[in-house]
Amino acid sequence: MASVVPLKEKKLLEVKLGELPSWILMRDFTPSGIAGAFQRGYYRYYNKYVNVKKGSIAGLSMVLAAYVFLNYCRSYKELSESLLDCFASGGVSPDRVGLVHRLI
Amino acid sequence: MNENLFTSFITPMMLGLPLVTLIILFPSLLFPSSNRLINNRLISLQQWALQLMSKQMMSIHNTKGQTWTLMLMSLILFIGSTNLLGLLPHSFTPTTQLSMNLGMAIPLWAGAVITGFRNKTKASLAHFLPQGTPTPLIPMLVIIETISLFIQPMTLAVRLTANITAGHLLIHLIGGATLALTSISPTTALITFIILILLTILEFAVAMIQAYVFTLLVSLYLHDNT
Repeated sequence: MASVVPLKEKKLLEVKLGELPSWILMRDFTPSGIAGAFQRGYYRYYNKYVNVKKGSIAGLSMVLAAYVFLNYCRSYKELSESLLDCFASGGVSPDRVGLVHRLI
Repeated sequence: MNENLFTSFITPMMLGLPLVTLIILFPSLLFPSSNRLINNRLISLQQWALQLMSKQMMSIHNTKGQTWTLMLMSLILFIGSTNLLGLLPHSFTPTTQLSMNLGMAIPLWAGAVITGFRNKTKASLAHFLPQGTPTPLIPMLVIIETISLFIQPMTLAVRLTANITAGHLLIHLIGGATLALTSISPTTALITFIILILLTILEFAVAMIQAYVFTLLVSLYLHDNT
């Protein structure tokens, strides 16, 4: 009963750690392969959380939360730079320094 | 003061790759298609909303005008969903870019006007002169009507851009003011926070209303011309 499944057909969780690099290299990286991977991922999520008899708001909110997170990653650099300016000018953003000075 | 405020309106690129294309295409993920009679809750909700909007908007048109239903319904869905997604934190709203709104407004308006000129030439030309004008005023009025015709796509685009951009800017400004005021006077900060909540509710409404207005005006230009 020790049938050897070829490496190419194993799923990710069945691959041993030592075989991982060769497994990654064997994946289909053609444009149609990548498109197929996106399609499979989309339908996995859709059929699990949205296309069910009593779908809830969670199916949609998880997508929106991921969207917010990705946008945060995209704008991380600018945000961290403006935070640095904020701390440099004493806890208030540099364009509000005048407002705070006038209010104090 | 100004550079900080407008950084959220810069077109997002990553290492020279246009990320903005992905952001424009993202709302299509939220509207799945289906060929079943009875669907899951998401699709059923969207179908109900779509039926409501199409009945309300396309009932005034004749058969020829109703061929534009698909175009107008996808337009209102696109603008509505893009505006609403722009209210999420850190997100980029494509409809704040004038280039995009002009790209939507000019072809649609031109399509409606050219359809009118091709199929009902006399009636379209007659639109340039309202009924019952005194004879001496005719030349001036024709010029005014021509100008008002050609300004229609500009107003469509600029109206959408200005409304959405202004709303986002107000949220940024009042949010920043609330933060700055918490260390100075908590009561004023609380009042400003309440203003921020009201403003956010307004922005949700504006997002949907602007989509509706855009589509309604295009359908009106169509009605004149079919």
